[in-house]
Amino acid sequence: MSLLDIRDLTLSIHGKEILKGISLSLAEGEIVALTGESGSGKSMTAFATMGLVPKGTEMRGAIHFGKTNLLTLTEPQMCDLRGREIGMVFQEPMTALNPVQTIGAQVMETILVHDAMTPARAEERARDVLDRVGLPSDRFPLGRYPHELSGGQRQRVVIAMAIALRPRLLIADEPTTALDVTTQAQILDLLKDLVREQNMALMMITHDLAVVSDLADTLNVMRHGEILECGPTGQVLREMRHPYTRQLFEASRHEANLGAAKADDVLLSVQDVSRDYPLPRTSLFGSRPQFRAVKQVSFDIKRGERVGLVGESGCGKSTLTRAILGLEPVQEGHITLDGDPVWQDGHANLTVRRKMQVVFQDPYGSFNPRHRVARLITEPFHLLPDPPSGAKRDTAIADALAAVGLRPEDADKHIHAFSGGQRQRIAIARALIIRPELIVFDEAVSALDVRVRAQILDLMADLSRDYGLTYLFISHDLSVVRSITDRVLVMRAGEIVEDRPTSDIFDNPRHPYTRSLIDAAPQLPDFQETQDAALPAL
Amino acid sequence: MLRYTLKRLASLVVSLIVASVVIFTVVEIAPGDPASFMLGINAQPDTVAALRAELGLDQSKLDRYLDWVGGMLTGDFGTSYTYRAPVAQMIADRLWVSLPLALYALTLSTVIAFPAGIFAAARRGGVGDLSVTGATQLGVAIPNFWFAMMLVLIFAINLRWFSAGGFPGWDRGFWGGMKALTLPAIALALPQAAILTRVMRSSLLDILGEDFIRTARAKGLSARQALWRHGLRNALIPVLTIIGLQFAFLLAGAIIIEQVFFLPGLGRLIFQAITQRDLIVVESVVMLLVFAVIVVNFVVDLAYAAVDPRLRTRA
Repeated sequence: MSLLDIRDLTLSIHGKEILKGISLSLAEGEIVALTGESGSGKSMTAFATMGLVPKGTEMRGAIHFGKTNLLTLTEPQMCDLRGREIGMVFQEPMTALNPVQTIGAQVMETILVHDAMTPARAEERARDVLDRVGLPSDRFPLGRYPHELSGGQRQRVVIAMAIALRPRLLIADEPTTALDVTTQAQILDLLKDLVREQNMALMMITHDLAVVSDLADTLNVMRHGEILECGPTGQVLREMRHPYTRQLFEASRHEANLGAAKADDVLLSVQDVSRDYPLPRTSLFGSRPQFRAVKQVSFDIKRGERVGLVGESGCGKSTLTRAILGLEPVQEGHITLDGDPVWQDGHANLTVRRKMQVVFQDPYGSFNPRHRVARLITEPFHLLPDPPSGAKRDTAIADALAAVGLRPEDADKHIHAFSGGQRQRIAIARALIIRPELIVFDEAVSALDVRVRAQILDLMADLSRDYGLTYLFISHDLSVVRSITDRVLVMRAGEIVEDRPTSDIFDNPRHPYTRSLIDAAPQLPDFQETQDAALPAL
Repeated sequence: MLRYTLKRLASLVVSLIVASVVIFTVVEIAPGDPASFMLGINAQPDTVAALRAELGLDQSKLDRYLDWVGGMLTGDFGTSYTYRAPVAQMIADRLWVSLPLALYALTLSTVIAFPAGIFAAARRGGVGDLSVTGATQLGVAIPNFWFAMMLVLIFAINLRWFSAGGFPGWDRGFWGGMKALTLPAIALALPQAAILTRVMRSSLLDILGEDFIRTARAKGLSARQALWRHGLRNALIPVLTIIGLQFAFLLAGAIIIEQVFFLPGLGRLIFQAITQRDLIVVESVVMLLVFAVIVVNFVVDLAYAAVDPRLRTRA
């Protein structure tokens, strides 16, 4: 008999239908994945199960947990169930913990709020659970505060809180999306082990098919509040009966058609560059200690080349990027673009700055919401000694919008009128408008859904071919870098440990760190070729 | 934590030195010679010169600054030109009214604002929230001297519960003094409570939208438990800032209320001293107020660190 059985669940918030009659079930010890793009209703399914829905929510249907229908329980009854019978792990480990309480107090709270044990026993259990999730007592005493831990460690604390009372059902909402690949692999392993060990049921919510393919027993593909396809993971991914599943799958491993790189003369040259940051003073007098975030890094990017820069958070790639963009000075070495230094006389060199532009991760946060698109995308004009005006300016706006697949009329709209993918197109239009030589993409597609991401990658490839643009593509996501670059730089602890053509690096990584990154990244199974082979063991 | 405290303490000392220099310079620049002002327009030049010598006004500026600072450090604030009385004693007398009044008003405002702000935040968008928010609008909008006069009209003249003004002094007993300060404290506290309620409410609402509140709910805490255990302490930082600012304001800014209730407080002292060009009193009172503000800020800084562990290690 199944542990959780959702039957015809309909959920609407202030009359807007979010879930349209979904049904799914989980048995003990089973891992069920819900996947789909943003807005598909997968997270709302989780919150409905937890009974944590926003005000003005109406639900119909049934959510049976064991023998009780959760929809009929009162709020105090749900409070009793949450944390004890159903635990939950969230997407953002950096903000999921209370910053002013110790991790021990927060894990113990799960136990104490249910009066499950005496405080002394609860403390013991908290210690045991933290040990179990890989936070041993010598390095992670109960008195630690969240800000002293990394993202992966915080996610372990969140997991410890969720499993402290050994719930029968664990819900994980994008638990690894905000983490680096190697950390992601560890957290996924931990979740898998816990399920096997405690015979829990795990409802796993993720947009990442590669994560799912490796982990889940059963896969539900969702779109617009409906479950389109459901079945054993291997079977769903092999047969892909619904065209949407196929689209998701194709988009996940989409490779843009880059064309051959021209790669003639050197455009960007980074020579022996080091970047130091001052650390907080350790004594009132004496010099502040320095942290060297980038250590003697050297590389060239040739005109027309598409180069990826990959590394985990804290490896120095953002610091290096800021130095290349001329936003900060370097302590040692030289950065030149087309032979001219990017930083001169204590400020960014404007003649160089107008030859490079940047596109950031968050397409919404990087725009002023009060300005119209025309004003937003013409911002780089201030770099020009004599910016176009009047009809010439209008033509430039129309051309830039057309180049990224938008209409000239869009120039009069505000940014909130656009979807995430369209916003990123506008960000690219803004970068293109002064016809730069080099565009730096800083995690530019990380926040996009897979199908949108595939379209944006295609757009980038087209633009690079049409305009002969040079790209520096910074990402923690190996699969994205693989599809859009000619060459990859792998960065670790401030140093570049490998710098080779993309296909070489992925087929035959030389540095052990590169190999560990590639191994840790979840892979989509290649069912196209093994379709006739025997069923893989699940 | 020790490093943080020492660092704050160092910044306190530096602020005090800078403030004393600024105050001294500003008072020096102000037009009008105190000696000729005291002796009137018909004074003989040699009489003025003699008085200047007596007051020490003929010394170099640096000597006078050092004298002034050195005096304050030893509790000697000099002698008032106009009252011919030691400034330290004058300030001490007034401080015995102003400080209790400020603390009284601040306590009232906090005691009103905390429950009201928490109540409103917990019922966001509901009738309770709207009533509280509406009341705070009113509290901010009502001029406090008008409110003070209404209080006098109702509680002193009609009901005869309190006296309409004046201060009997503390010699007649603690409760007598507190009674005389009650109406002024209420009049002072009203707008402060309104502001503090709004800060408490919005700060708490921000925190209630944070991810860790959702985590707490997922652990099985009720909405109320999540608010008290995880929301409140995190919401305190902006509230503490406002409380610090309000205390400094209440100490010196009560002049209008002091006038309405005829209280011998610091505000009136400094007002009189300015109109009479009594520069030694002005200098000393201003310095004292600056000292109070800086010390309050220091205390608030320590309170931040007590509330938020991240500040303890960052310093």
